[in-house]
This record gives sequence, structure tokens and C-alpha cells, in this order.
Amino acid sequence: MATSVLDHAPAIHEEKTGIWSWITTVDHKRIGILYGTTAFIFFLLGGIEALIMRMQLMKADNTLVSAEFFNSLFTMHGTTMIFLGVMPLSAMFFNYFIPLQIGARDVAFPRLNAFSYWVFLLGGLFINFSFLINAAPNAGWFGYANLTENTYSPGLNTDFWVLGLQILGIASMAAAVNFFVTIVNLRAPGMKMLRMPMFVWMSFITQILLLLAFPVITVALVFLMMDRHFGSHFFIPEGGGDPILWQHLFWIFGHPEVYILILPAFGIVSEVLPVFSRKPLFGYTAMVFSGVFIAFLGFGVWSHHMFATGMGPIADSFFAISTMLIAVPTGVKIFNWLGTLWGGSLQFRTPLYFAIGMVAMFIIGGLSGVMHASPPADLQQTDSYFVVAHFHYVLFGGSIFGITAGAYYWFPKMFGRMLDERLGKVHFWLMFAGFNITFFPMHFLGLNGMPRRVYTYAAGNNFEFWNQVQTWGSLLLAFSFVVFLVNLWRTMRKPKTAPADPWKGATLEWLIPSPPQEFNFGDVPPVNSSTPAWDLRRANGGQLPEPVRVSGAGIHLPRPSVWPAVTAVGVLLVIGSVLFTHAFSKWWFITLTGAAILFYGVYRWAFEPPFPEEH
Amino acid sequence: MSHAMPAPHVLAHPEGSQHESHPTTTGIPSRKLALWTLIGSECLFFASLISTYLVYKGRSLVGPLPHTESQCMLEGQMQACEPIIEIPLVTFGTAVLLFSSFFIVLALYGAQKGKRGMLVGWLAATVISGLFFVGMQVYEFQHFFHKGMGYSTNLFSSSFFTLTGFHGSHVTVGVIWLATLLVLAIRGKLGPGKALNLEIAALYWHFVDVVWIVIFPVVYLMR
Amino acid sequence: MDAHAHDQESHGHPTPAVYVKIAVVLFILTALEVLAFEAAGGGLGPSLKPIIEPIVVLLLIVLSAAKFALVAMFYMHLKQDPRLLANIFVFPILIAAVVIGSLIVLFQYWRVQGAR
Repeated sequence: MATSVLDHAPAIHEEKTGIWSWITTVDHKRIGILYGTTAFIFFLLGGIEALIMRMQLMKADNTLVSAEFFNSLFTMHGTTMIFLGVMPLSAMFFNYFIPLQIGARDVAFPRLNAFSYWVFLLGGLFINFSFLINAAPNAGWFGYANLTENTYSPGLNTDFWVLGLQILGIASMAAAVNFFVTIVNLRAPGMKMLRMPMFVWMSFITQILLLLAFPVITVALVFLMMDRHFGSHFFIPEGGGDPILWQHLFWIFGHPEVYILILPAFGIVSEVLPVFSRKPLFGYTAMVFSGVFIAFLGFGVWSHHMFATGMGPIADSFFAISTMLIAVPTGVKIFNWLGTLWGGSLQFRTPLYFAIGMVAMFIIGGLSGVMHASPPADLQQTDSYFVVAHFHYVLFGGSIFGITAGAYYWFPKMFGRMLDERLGKVHFWLMFAGFNITFFPMHFLGLNGMPRRVYTYAAGNNFEFWNQVQTWGSLLLAFSFVVFLVNLWRTMRKPKTAPADPWKGATLEWLIPSPPQEFNFGDVPPVNSSTPAWDLRRANGGQLPEPVRVSGAGIHLPRPSVWPAVTAVGVLLVIGSVLFTHAFSKWWFITLTGAAILFYGVYRWAFEPPFPEEH
Repeated sequence: MSHAMPAPHVLAHPEGSQHESHPTTTGIPSRKLALWTLIGSECLFFASLISTYLVYKGRSLVGPLPHTESQCMLEGQMQACEPIIEIPLVTFGTAVLLFSSFFIVLALYGAQKGKRGMLVGWLAATVISGLFFVGMQVYEFQHFFHKGMGYSTNLFSSSFFTLTGFHGSHVTVGVIWLATLLVLAIRGKLGPGKALNLEIAALYWHFVDVVWIVIFPVVYLMR
Repeated sequence: MDAHAHDQESHGHPTPAVYVKIAVVLFILTALEVLAFEAAGGGLGPSLKPIIEPIVVLLLIVLSAAKFALVAMFYMHLKQDPRLLANIFVFPILIAAVVIGSLIVLFQYWRVQGAR
């Protein structure tokens, strides 16, 4: 193999530039970057929503924002962080790294992949557009009926929420089919299922959860939409309906959803810890099966979100036991991570900091979660700040720390430059401190009786001290992101000189140049274990020569296409048209127009040959 | 839809456009795998609709009801009204849909063996059967409207129309898909090399039939 | 799961004759379903005795499950196709059954039927 570094020989596949190339791209790496950039912006928006809430809650009887606006803030903060933040940030890594880690050229359906991104973007814009007309969703990210029915939510707010989630659901479903088929069907020779990287495994399980959970919320949202626009009474007691049905349907989706949010981060940590401990993952098979068990069992615990609804002792006991049971495979994972670190040659770089931070914070969040599993205890904790503490520890401490670890780990591969180590560590410590100062006191506040989702509190309740501390913590947390942005900006201005394998990684993505060429691999080496890069390194006496950029002649790649974007516009119009049922009587013109665009886009897509040479 | 392939050397040399023979890890064509995945997901979709129908069975505050007499709000006053389900037409429609699965299996056989006449004939029969089923449903819905049952009349009506409406729209999508393939078949563009396209559409069509196999007894035959 | 050079198409394709037989069986099963319904009192008239109704329900479930299985195994080819496809179908059906069953239990579906 040649030893020259990063020979930029012109490839037959020239990387196209310009906005049209991005609109029509079907390259999983570009789509991953689109997802990541868009998601990060939405994440920052969600963060601003949080900061405003924190400023409002800093003092008792504060009047910074109105109660109504505060309702929109916590609703949109939750909705944004979950559907427009964590999920698409994970999707960035699914897109970029699943094909690379399994040794494939792209995902199974590149145009469907692009479609998912455009629908996500349009859905995110749709739901946030509501802010501009002062109709932002305001009934909580979980939209409990019958608060969300017309009687109590007469404006467009809830409609934006219902329809926005439907649009986003389509993006998630399409992507889930795509990644499921990709992982099952496009693995390199020798890569049996039990040799796949852990990130791919956890992502695989996540796709299965998406496929099984999203249909349920789709139905729930349809029922709510029918109630609001077409006169049914699915959740309206006066018509015989039961609001509790909403809660069941929502949480049958909602609980698997939280595993959808955490499993990719688990996968990332399972990638980072071995590389930075210079040791294989402890208990690979147990990690796989515990992930499978968590996912499967995750469909049997949903009513632990409903302990306060009076289901009766038998239902309560059943769900309490299943919830406690699910702590077991989670515990297995935590011990296996510790076992990976134990005795390893620890390389204290930024990715390792965030990965260890994730494990530590998730343990705390998991402990408060197990406390919630007991119905009598939960009756005290539910609807208080104790719950807010719990889910921020698992979602921020867990998912966001994990995703950040992935960002630092995979940044060199994606962008060809190394993020600054010192700034990275500053980011970590500021984020770690800010995060804990913000969220740990919420345990105290919750147990002392401060309810959730309140826009203010009276002075005599003794809540003010910790609320102030939390607000300062949140500012520190926000500042940590400024450090990250500075790091990003400075790094992107440097030339692309990162090596292919800066961390001595174990998996296939480290065998190709940073950033990869459009076709990913020239030749994929045989895969004989779950650590093919380490195997090659060992076979080469501890060294891995820098891969050469090849011409890629003869490799045909899927052609770019505009039809995914067009079809996405059709989807937006068809679903979004329901917004107008109360506004004007011929609202279904918009539906029909959208359907026409949708059909046209689908037909052009179906009859367009996916590869350039075909007719 | 396009599908990419795993990276190995198969791709290193220029290839013709035979994309049906791409190596996949399981040997199953990716599009077929994708449709089965979609079918799995749709099971949860229809399960949620069926669950709601069952949970709300017997809880309607006013009639009409499927199998028993009740009081309905007609012309501004509560009046006695009869059970609204009528078995004969629906049973016939059910049989037609069931036979359409049989027709399409024969059409697929024709496609795979290169027998264009068999393909076109049985595929046309499938499309017509699907249209008949949808027509039957539309007629049934109209009939219910005339007897005073609209979408929002009671819990039975809302859950019934939502469940059967979604099923019917799935049938409609299937009919459009199959009609498109029928046009291709007539033009001679659905030979054995392209039979996979019909196989995948047929799987979708069978699934739609299978969902009705569940809905028919649950809604129409269980009191 | 090793890589295959060719698509693994099903071996032992059923012939049209088999398909015809399945179609006939499906038709008979449907007829039996309707007969069970009619024999148990049909659409009109008073509610059934509590002892007959569960039997009819069970019979309907069995008959429709048989139809389901026949279409899935033979028309949808699951019997001849790789096992993976059957698993992709069966696993969600199990989850779906759990969802339907749980909601029926949680809402005590059987309680309300008698109350009118």
C-alpha cells in the first residue's frame, strides 16, 4: 500500500457543490450533515426556550413571560428537544456511520433517505412557524386529552402540534424502514450480525422500536385530529369517550420512544469506551442481548407514566414489576462499560470524557427512574420537579452527553479536521458543571413539593434559592455550548489534514480517508470479528498505513434526484391542510393540491432509474 | 425506488443495469425486505385501530348500533332504530377481496413464467375486484349515512368509519399501484425480469386482504 | 448469514392448482364464519345466552386465524421464503396482540357488554 498522505487525485466522482447539489443529494454522508446541522440549530432553539423558562422561574411571582407563553415554552422545549433535537442528531450518526461501519456504499434506499430529511425539515419548520402567529403548541409535549380538545384548546396551537408530529412521524418511519433493510441486507462479507459494531446494533434495535411505536401515536393523533375537526368523541367524555385512552395510546408509543432516544447514545458509548481504553468491549454478546431485552420489555412498561390515573392495584403492580425488571439489562450495560474501562490503557481525550460523563449521569437518572417505578413513591414524585430531574439526567446526561461524545469522536472522520482538545475539555467541564448545577437541585425541589409546568411560584414556598441556583447553572450550561461553537468555527477554518484513524479505532470507518470519498470504500477488507480495524492493525505489526484516495473509476453511484424533496412538499401540504378546516370551507383544495404534488413526485421517483446508466 | 449495495468488489468494474441481481447479505431483494418491514409496522397501526374499536364497543351513548336495537337521534328526536349492520353485501365484498388475493397470485405466476396473457388477465381481475370492494364500502357508508349514522354520531360510528376507512384507503392505494402495473403489463414491460415489482405489490395486496380477514369477524360478526 | 451471489428465490414454487385449492378453502372458511354468526342468532333478535357467545367468538377467532395463516403462508409465500421474512411479520403481530390484549384488559372490555 502507498504511504503518501492524502493524495487529492481527482476522482471520476467530483464532489458537486452548490445548493442544488444539496437539494438533490442522495449521498448518506451529505444527508447526515444536513440532519446534524438542522438538528443542532433546533437544539439551540430548544435551549433558548429553556433559558427563558429558567429566567422566568428565577424569582417568585415573576412576570418575565405570561402563563400562556410559558405553556408554549415548556411544550415546545420538550417537543423540539425530543423530535427536532435528539432524534435527528442520532439520525445524523445513523446516516453517516451505519453504511460505513457495515462496509456499504450507501443505505438501501438513498432517495428514501433524502425524503426523510426533507420531511423532517419541513415538519420542524411547520411546527415552529406557529410561533410567528402566536399559536405555538401549549398543551404539553404529550398533549393529554381532553385538554387538547376544542373545548379547552380552541386555537390553532394544538393543531400545529398534532399535524407537525404526523409529518415528523412519516420522516422517522421512512428512515426506520431504510436503516432496518440497510443493516440486514448490506453488510460486508463476513460481517455476521454478532460481529456488527455496537453502534449499529443499538441503532438497529432503535429502528425496530420506531417501526413498532410510531404507528400507535399516529393513530392517537388521528383520533385527536378527528375529534378536533370532524366531530368525533374519541377522547371527549360527553360523547362517551375516555381521555385515558389517549394516555394509553400515547405512552404505548411514548415509552419505546425514550428507548429510541437513549439506545443510539448507548451505542456511541460502547464504541468510544473500548477505543479509548484500548480494550475490546466487555461482554459484547451480553450488550447485544441486553439491548434487545430492553427494547422488547420496553413495550410492557408504558403505564408507569399513569400511576396517578387510578388504574387499580393489579395494573399498577404489573407495570411496577415490569419497570423494575427493565433496570436489570440496563444495569448489565453499565457494569459492562465499567468492565471495559477496568484495566484498560485509558486515553484521556475529549470523547472519553463525554462517554464517562454519560455513564455517570445516566446512573443517576436511572436511580431516580427506579424510584419512580414504585407506584406509592411515584404518587409523591409524579408531576413534580423530581420527574424533571429524572428525565433530564437520562436525556441530557444520557443522550446529549453520549451524542456529544460521538460528535468529538467522529468529527475528524466527517470533516477531516481534529477539534481542539483543550477547548473540548473546557466544554466538557463547563457542561458537566452547568448540567449538574441546573438539574441536581430539581430532585430537592420536587421532593419539597414544587410542581412541574408552573410558570411561577409564590414567595413563601422556599423554592426560590434552588431555582436561582438552577438558573445560574443553566447559563453556565449555555456558555459551554458557546465554547463548543467557538471550537467548531475555529476548526472548520483549518485545512483538512486529519488522518484516517486518529484514535486507533476498531471499526471499518477508520480505514478510509477523512473525510471519506463519495463511494466510501474502494475495497472492503474481510471482516472476521467485531474489530476489523484492530485486526488489520495487529496483522500489520501495530501500524495501519494511511489509505490513499483512489479514482473510483467504474464505481457507479445512485444519481441525485429532486423527487424526494418534491414528494416531501406534497406530504407537508396534505397533512398541513387540515390546519385550515375551521378557516375556510374549501380547505380541501390544499389537500388535493398536496396530493397531486405527492402523486407526481412519487411517480417520477418510481419511474426514474436510480443509477445514471439505466434507461 | 433505488437501492444501493454493499461495497465489495462486485462493484469495482462497470456493470450493466441489472439491479435485480445485486448481492444482498440475506439473498432477499432489498425492496421485498422493505415491504415486509412496512407490513410489520402496519400491524401495529391496525392493532391500535382495532383495539380502540373493541374498547369502545358497547359504550356508545346513542345508536345506531351494529347488532342490536337502540335509540337514535333522527330528525331532531330520539327514535327507535334497528341494528345497522347488514351482512349479505359485506360478506360478498369479503369474498371478492379474498378471491382477489387468489387472482393476483395467478397474475404473479404469469409474470414469472413470461405468460403475458395470464398476467394481464388475472391482474385486471384483481384490479376490478379491488374496485368492487371499495365500491361496496362506499355504498355501505352511504347507506349508513341515510340511516342516520354519520362519522360523529357515536363512538361506534367514529371507530367503525376510522377503522374501515383506513383499511379502504389502503385498498385504494393498492388499486392505484396495481393499475399502474397493469398498464405496464399491457405494454409488455412486466416480464420475468421485472416480476419482482409485481411480487412486492402483491405482498402489499395480500396484507390488505389479511387485515380485512381480521376486521370482518371483529366488526361484523362479533356481537 | 453469508453473502449470496444470486437472489435466493423460493424453491418449490406452488403450482396454480395449489393456489386454487387454497382459494376454495378460504371461501369455505368464510362461509363457516358467517354460518357460525347466523346459527348463533344472527344480526337481529335478542342477545345470545352467555354460554354460546364465547364459543362463537372463539370459533370466529380460530377460523379467521386459519384464513390469515393460509394467505400468509401460501399466497404471501412465507412457507417457502427465508425464515427472516416470517419473523419480520410474526414479531410485530405478537406485539400487536399484546397491545390489543392489554387495552381490552385495562378497559375491562367484557364488563360493559352486559350493561345496557
